Amino acid sequence: MLQAINISKSFPGVKALNAVNLSFYPSKVNAILGENGAGKSTLLKILTGVYTEYEGEIRLNESTVKFKTIKDAQKAGIAIIHQELNLIPTLSITENLFLGQEIYTKWGLLDSKKMNQKAEELLKKLQLNSSPTTLIQNLKVGEQQLIEIAKALLTDAQIILMDEPTSALSDKEIDNLHRIIHELKNEDKTIVYISHKMDELFQIADTYNVMRDGNSIDAGEMAQASEQDLIRKMVGREVKIEKKTATNFSNENILEVKNLNLKHPHITNKDQLKDISFNVKKGEILGIFGLMGAGRTELLETIFGMNPASMTGEITIDNQTVSLKSPKDAIQYGIAFATEDRKTEGLILGMSISSNISLTTLQTTQLLNESQEKSVAHDYIKQLGIKTPSESQLCVNLSGGNQQKVVLAKWLSTNPKVLLLDEPTRGIDINAKNEIYELIKKLTHEGKSIVVVSSEIPEILALSDRILVMSEGQMKATLLTSEANEDILLKYAI
Amino acid sequence: MNKELLKKSQSLIALFLLCLVISVLSDKFLTTNNLWNVLRQISVNICISVGMTLIVLMAGIDLSVGSVLAFTSAVCAGLLKNGIAIQSLDLFIGFTVLGSVLSALIIGLMMGIFNGWVITKFSLPPFVATLAMLTIARGATMLYTQGIPISNLGSSFEFIGSGWLLGIPVPVWISTIMVLIVVFITKKTAFGRYIYAIGGNEKAAFLSGININNIKLAVYGIAGMMAAIGGVLVTSRLNSAQPNAGTSYELDSIAAVVIGGTSLSGGVGTVTGTVIGAVIIGVLNNGLVLLNVSPFWQQVVKGLVILLAVIIDKKSKK
Repeated sequence: MLQAINISKSFPGVKALNAVNLSFYPSKVNAILGENGAGKSTLLKILTGVYTEYEGEIRLNESTVKFKTIKDAQKAGIAIIHQELNLIPTLSITENLFLGQEIYTKWGLLDSKKMNQKAEELLKKLQLNSSPTTLIQNLKVGEQQLIEIAKALLTDAQIILMDEPTSALSDKEIDNLHRIIHELKNEDKTIVYISHKMDELFQIADTYNVMRDGNSIDAGEMAQASEQDLIRKMVGREVKIEKKTATNFSNENILEVKNLNLKHPHITNKDQLKDISFNVKKGEILGIFGLMGAGRTELLETIFGMNPASMTGEITIDNQTVSLKSPKDAIQYGIAFATEDRKTEGLILGMSISSNISLTTLQTTQLLNESQEKSVAHDYIKQLGIKTPSESQLCVNLSGGNQQKVVLAKWLSTNPKVLLLDEPTRGIDINAKNEIYELIKKLTHEGKSIVVVSSEIPEILALSDRILVMSEGQMKATLLTSEANEDILLKYAI
Repeated sequence: MNKELLKKSQSLIALFLLCLVISVLSDKFLTTNNLWNVLRQISVNICISVGMTLIVLMAGIDLSVGSVLAFTSAVCAGLLKNGIAIQSLDLFIGFTVLGSVLSALIIGLMMGIFNGWVITKFSLPPFVATLAMLTIARGATMLYTQGIPISNLGSSFEFIGSGWLLGIPVPVWISTIMVLIVVFITKKTAFGRYIYAIGGNEKAAFLSGININNIKLAVYGIAGMMAAIGGVLVTSRLNSAQPNAGTSYELDSIAAVVIGGTSLSGGVGTVTGTVIGAVIIGVLNNGLVLLNVSPFWQQVVKGLVILLAVIIDKKSKK
């Protein structure tokens, strides 16, 4: 059993953990629930030897341990699978698995044969049909995650911490992960599981620990908990996501896509998008649902002018057929695109909020007007409820939800006709999620049209007026939200 | 707040300490003559380094500045002295001082733009593309000069590198104006903002509708022109174009940029930091000469100072 007893941790100006007490039991999946900023990541970093300065005590099987390094924690049998994967893309599966713990022959050379053999056994156990010599960069995200798990198994870790392991996985991959977690449970391992997805936690977790603002709020058996109750404990108020019923869009077509095809960037004779046609009306929210690899992101990217060379088909904006050669063109025609990955595609993290917002509206030859930039940023901070001491704050210092709001502000400042949103609430806590939902709906009242891609069914149902379901680059169905539900969406998506 | 200020001014403090130590060890350092001399000497590196700063801010690098300096120096001197003579057409074009200087600047600009074009068009790493230009431009210099210096360029041309204006050496005027222009670009123009944005996150910048390739072309072009300004200054100072001028100047300018606190991975840094970096290197060079340190030891000391500066910078940013 792994216990955190009265653990406190302070950073300059913030108390990240305030005497928290949590216990994680073997042969159980122990969930940690909490919004962003609740202190989950800090706790994980203490448990895995990243942060070595803290008050309180960690007990492993009734004896106190103090990790001085990450290696110490690994030796004690604690492994962590991070939200952002820590693999080296240009090395093979085997090379990644054995990194730092290579097996040598009696001559002191690498024993590739033995390592590949062992890797193959592990892959079989995880039901991953790839050769151990496959490069990591050729694996899907879900498969890469399994490699991280294999790494943990290889070190014979008894305690495996998983930080939002399913945030980038398709349902199929999630099922496989859950199956593996069950097996690990049967082998008496302790699983610590962090996720924002409630339905998933109810499926897989045995115990729960709720954290809020650096405190441990409550713990207990998952079987005796209710979703409403847990959410209330996490956010301190009741939040419910409901299917959208009211619609207010007009009949006017703003965006029309006809017979859109997109060639695969590497594989010839393969299409990433096949014959996609749809339209979006003024003030409408079109939801696009599909599993990973369905071509959702590629569709948005193509509409945003990112694949001019490999696409065919017709895009019409405001009844004008356009040829989009670059994002710059797309922006000029009134399209905005908030990408899925805020950190690598959405924001310049080392720049201030105001500079990020003005980036989309500046002209190259123009002089800067900082007071105007600041007042624009100030307005958006107020309007969107961005939590920050000032508009000069660097984006790297903002929480995920607030970063996403800056991304939205940056695009709203271009006054777009169509706003493309790719997983707008990925990795964001429930409170901020609801704020973003409200914001998106409000935008449609101002006559903006929105295309939202999401892999979360409740989100799709809560936001969309109509839903387009994609699978393997093709359109499978277009449904009114009133006639859609979870089963129907999944039926078309698989 | 005080801590922030201390961090920002630490390179200035280092410069002050360096001056203090040298002036204690040598009574020749703190003389007007010597100080003007130092400033005149570093004005070439300052011109090159402010151009380099823009490139490094974009997470790029330019290894060709020394060779571009040499080629533009040779062209400037060659045009001024010999003009262009096309015998088959029985044509001779002579150049004034202004004409030959402008030609050198335009050629520097074009060579920089060529660097940028290769980097953006073929997605080559800037290190490789500018390494090629380093060799090409040096070779072109040798071809143009046949390996022989072009000297005796006249007294009006000499004024640029050796003259005084309002009690200040002309090269110091020129480098100061260049610094002010580039500071203005980085702080006050959208173009400058874009440079930081590209270095901070190129993908996000591209998706924000910025024409990355054009910005890169322009920045490499500016750096090439800055190297050409350095070339003109060097030529005028010596009243001669040397075929091997500017050798390893790229290293001095990268050192100035790095000592000035600009991150080689882009997005973070200032032009004023680079200027302080260039002054530190200049003062160090001068001090070592005044103290009669052997040229071999000078190199070792310079290297150690660069290491120290970057280590301190890294520590203080944590």
